Formats: sequence, structure tokens, C-alpha cells
Amino acid sequence: MRSMLFGLMFLSVMGLAFWANQENLKTKAELTHAEELQAAIGQARDRLSVLNAEWAYQNRPHRLRDLADLNYEHLQLLPLRSDHFAHVADIAFPEKNPAPLNDINLAQNEAPNE
Amino acid sequence: MSEMTQRKPLRPLGHILSARANGEDTRLIERQNIRERSSSQTEHQRQHVQGRLFVLGVSFLCLFLALGVRIGMLSASEPTEPRSQRAGASIVAQRANIVDREGRLLATNMDTYSLFVETKHLVDPKGTAAALATIFTELDASKLLRDFTDGRKFLWIRRKMSPEQMQAAHDIGDPGLRFGPREMRLYPNGTLAAHVLGGASFGREGVHAAEVIGVAGVEKTFDDRLRDPSQSGQPLKLSIDLSVQAAVEEVLLGGMTLLNAKGAAAILMDVHTGELISLASLPDFDPNNRPRPPVNGQAEDSTLFNRAVQGVYELGSTFKIFAVAQAMEMGFVTPETIVDIRGPIRWGKFRIKDYRNYGKELSVSKVIVKSSNIGTARIATMMGGENQKAFLGSLGFLEPIPLEMVEAGGGKPLYPSNWSELSTMTISYGHGLSATPLHLAAGYASIANGGYRVKPTLLADQPVQKTDRVMSASVAEASLKMLRKVVTEGTASMAEVEGYAVAGKTGTADKPGPQGAYEEDKVIGTFASIFPAYDPKYVLVVALDEAEDRSGDEPRRTAGWTAVPVSAEIIGRIAPLLGLAPRYETASKQ
Repeated sequence: MRSMLFGLMFLSVMGLAFWANQENLKTKAELTHAEELQAAIGQARDRLSVLNAEWAYQNRPHRLRDLADLNYEHLQLLPLRSDHFAHVADIAFPEKNPAPLNDINLAQNEAPNE
Repeated sequence: MSEMTQRKPLRPLGHILSARANGEDTRLIERQNIRERSSSQTEHQRQHVQGRLFVLGVSFLCLFLALGVRIGMLSASEPTEPRSQRAGASIVAQRANIVDREGRLLATNMDTYSLFVETKHLVDPKGTAAALATIFTELDASKLLRDFTDGRKFLWIRRKMSPEQMQAAHDIGDPGLRFGPREMRLYPNGTLAAHVLGGASFGREGVHAAEVIGVAGVEKTFDDRLRDPSQSGQPLKLSIDLSVQAAVEEVLLGGMTLLNAKGAAAILMDVHTGELISLASLPDFDPNNRPRPPVNGQAEDSTLFNRAVQGVYELGSTFKIFAVAQAMEMGFVTPETIVDIRGPIRWGKFRIKDYRNYGKELSVSKVIVKSSNIGTARIATMMGGENQKAFLGSLGFLEPIPLEMVEAGGGKPLYPSNWSELSTMTISYGHGLSATPLHLAAGYASIANGGYRVKPTLLADQPVQKTDRVMSASVAEASLKMLRKVVTEGTASMAEVEGYAVAGKTGTADKPGPQGAYEEDKVIGTFASIFPAYDPKYVLVVALDEAEDRSGDEPRRTAGWTAVPVSAEIIGRIAPLLGLAPRYETASKQ
């Protein structure tokens, strides 16, 4: 009885030790993975900062103005001025009470105007 | 244990009986037994305590051993980061970026490489020197060869270079050429806002890294903040607006070229918060390649000189409104009060006269509109020098503006140590007291925001400054009305920008030469403006140095012909960018 108990204890200790070792290996693998991810994040950050700098450089106001001047014939871009503002009344909005849909020859399955 | 369980009785019956039989005293037996019992107890306790002490001693020994081993291990082993709790990704060990108020990049960092030579590894000094000289045109092959062979071990070639140059240097293939990683400061917008940003340079440098330090502008003022690793993730947000700054610089440069000016400055400020939306000074420089400060000549001629912040000038008639505002504040005059403008006023050798003869008398409002020196001087004498000095001091005209730029300390106003009555009169129309355009902008902001003192700032998201009142709201409003009239019917008629109701005052001041006497034909034209007058939001100060309009028969130098049209063009360009919709006064009347 006693030796059986002893044997069981020994086996359970060995089992636990095996499990602990497995967990240790897994943790180490995860840590390595995390480190790789950190390094990848660092590299991505570096790339991002270069891209941001390049974006800012490509969009610098001097260059945009030069581009607008170069492509004036196609785009006709001008600096915004006060006479480019318009009053709300100057804008053509759709009519408030359009003619009833029945009067217009539309497909029958269209939903009626509410 | 057996002693304890089988306790010996104090009066054992056997002994007592035999003692009684012998006629002895039984108490002696009892005493003897008591003595024996207590001595055995003492011995037992002593052993017990000794055992405890031993256990305690052993455990302390273990503890100290463990500590000693740990300390030894820590000191002997290589330091490593704990793998499981690295913050890594969140901390970027870089100088923080600088962005404008909309978050657009003004300054950032780039990874690059430095190039240096370790001469003992050089295989072919002559060929390497020749090849390097072809890649970097500023280097001289024969000088390089001399440096390679004069016995030194180490030589910097370039502190930073482009990837193409690095590849070319790599292709030379000499093992003596070494590259070291470098971080450099990059200003993607080039010359834009150059004076505000300042520039950066390398501090202490080693082969593997170099310290980037700010040398001027906000880069220097906020150097500690920008280098603080805990804040490097958050960019420094300036109040400058990139697109507005670009428009201001473009128009200002155009105006400066057309009017043959030597230099120009423009300041655009939010009148409520003191945020500087734009701060321009021309000619400017490229902070990516900041020139060295001039060794000789006048500081003012250097491109590094910031006219808006460091340039201390007499600002001319733009000052008149302060004298009038103060006279109204003290109750001496109202806008309708009639002032005697017969002149010239004589003061010893000195004569005060007007640009033109405006008649015998004018109302206070007209004195401003026509810009009468005599009228303003008479108003100023009502208040006296002491009061005038105190009022200008409360507006900040007597000390440098505490702006977040190292250069701002250089903009120290100049005023006479003896504030005489003559000084009072000349200062009332802007001569005798020199200040920077930034001082003027701050002073006009107080008129525009209803009478509160404003301290200019370069940081975004500042609160409205409504604590320090310098004049009453009614005086500020009356002054603003006069300034509006200057544009609608006075000297600044060219400043009318349809829809934005500009108010402002021109100023043309003679420039003192190197000897201190005023030079002929050299003036600084200034226009300080507030817009829109119906709900003042911004103040714009434009100063042109030695500008003259040569389009007519005679060169015209007054600010009305130089600074005013430039200001009008600037306002027309930037007001829509600032999100201001035009409001037409005629339309509102209908």
C-alpha cells in the first residue's frame, strides 16, 4: 500500500515536471515571438516615419502651388478668394414641392413619394 | 519528557516516613526537593532558548548568503532587458515631431548614415580619396589624401548623406570606409516658417549615434520637451497654420520683390488667444541647411535675422491710436472732440509737422484718419509722459515679448531714459520708441478683443486671454471704429478687401542710419490691421523695409502705397483659408 502510494507520488511529480518544462518552453517561444513582433513594429514605425516625412515633403505648399500652376490648363485651380463664396440663395436646390409622381410617366413598381 | 511526566513529588512518602522514624526534620527533605526541581527547570529553559537562537542564526545566515549571491550575480553578469515586460513599442527614442495646428508635419526625423574613415584599415588611400572627391563634390582629393596619410587614425567625412551617396561610397569598397547610423532632423517644407522652427544640429557625437540638439527658434526653446523620451510619441503642436503661412510668405515675397524692399515681416495673430497663426520674416533660409551666423556686418542683413521678433523699429503712425485710446480712456477726449492742428509745433530746435496741411482743426477721429502728427502730439500732452509710459507699459511696449522663441529676448524695445515732454509728443506718433512688429500686433490685439492684454504664443490650443484689462470695452470699440475709418476714408484705402471689413493704421517711419541720424529716402512702411471689423478675430501686421513703389513718376514710399496693398492681398488670400466667410456691408443694409 505504502509503496504504491510512493510510486503514484513519484509518477505525479514526474508528470508535473514534464508539464512545467513544456510550459517553460512554450513561454520562451512566445517571448521570442513577441520580440520578433516588437522588432517588426519598430521597423514598421521607421518605415512609417519615412513615409510620413515623404508625404509631407511631396505635399509641401510650394510644390502643390507649382503643380497647380503647371496643370492650370487642365485643372484651373486658383487660390480661394472671397468672391468664391456664394450665398445660400444663389445655389439651385431641388424644388420643395415637386410635381406629383403620378403625373410623370414612371415605372409602376416605384414606391410612391411620401 | 519523562522528567515532566513522572514528576518527583516534593514530599516522597518513603523518605518522609523514614525521616520521621529517625526523628529528622521532614521540611529539609521538601526544601531539598524544591531546589532540585527549580535547577532542572532552569537548565531546560536554557537549552530551549539556545535552540531558538541557533535556528534564528541559521536562517539569517541563509538570508544573507542569498542576498550576497544575488548581489554578486547582478554585478558580475551582463545587463539584459527582462524579456517578458518590455515596453518597447510604445517608447520611440527619437526627438519629437513638430506639427502645425492642423497636425501637418513641420519637423521630423530621418534615419541616415554618417561616413568616417579609420585610416589603419585603408587599403588604397589614394584611390579612395579620389573616389570620395567625385561623390562629394565639396571634398578635395589631395587634401583628403593628406589627411589619410598624416598619421591620424580617425577622420569624419560626412555627418549625414543621402542613400545614393551612401551606396556610391559603399561601392568604393575600401575597408577603411565606415558607416555609422545617424538620426537627422528634417524640415519637409523647406524654407517655410524657417524662423519659427529655427533648426537643429548635432551635439555630442559618437560613431554609433549623435545627439540632435535645437540651435534656434522653437527647436531650441523646447529642446528639453522635444528630447524627453516620455513625450517623444506626442508631437509638439504649434499655433502656426501651414497653408496660411505659405500664403503669407508667398504674397509677402511677391510684394517685397515688386516694391524692391530689403526685407519684410508679417505677423498674423488670433486676437483672443494670442496664438500666432503665421509669423514670417524675409529673406529667409532653409533650416535643413541652416547657414552659419554672420561674423561681420549687421545682424539685420543676415537671413537668420527674424525681423518680426528681433527687428526693433520705430513703427511710426501706427502708434497714434494708442495715444488717442488712452486719452479717451482717461476722459480727455471723445471721437468728436475738436483738436487744434495748427503747426508746426516748435520745441527747441525740434519741429513737429504734418505730412500735408490738413487745415486748422480736426476731430479726434479725423486726426487718426488723416494721420496728423500735430493733432496726436497735442492729445498726448494732455495726458503727460508718466501716464503715457504706464499705458504703453501695460500694453507690453517696454519689455521684450515673452514668446517661446529664443530670439524673442533680442526684441528689447528702445525708449528714452528721460521721458521728456518732447518724447511724449514724438512717441505719440511712433518716433522715439522702437519696438518689434510683434509688440505692435499684441497692442492692436488689445484694441480688437475689447481691451484685454494679449501675450503672443506659438503653442496651439491656448485659452482665451481675458484677465488683464488695459482699456475699457467702449474705448476699444471707439478705437476700432476709427481704425475702420482709416481704411474706408483715410490713408489705407487700398486695404479694403471686399467682405472682410479691414480696419487698420498705416505707419511710415524714417530709418536711422548706422550713425543714428535719420537717413533720407529710407523708410519702414508698416500696416497694422484688424479683420473682420464687425467681429474682430485676427490682427495682421505687415512691415516692409526700404520699400518703394516705382510704378509712378516719383517713387512712393509711404506705407499706404507699400505695406497696405501687400496686406490687402494677404488678407484676401488667407481669410478664406481661416474659414472666414465674407460679409458684405451693403448686402446687410438691404
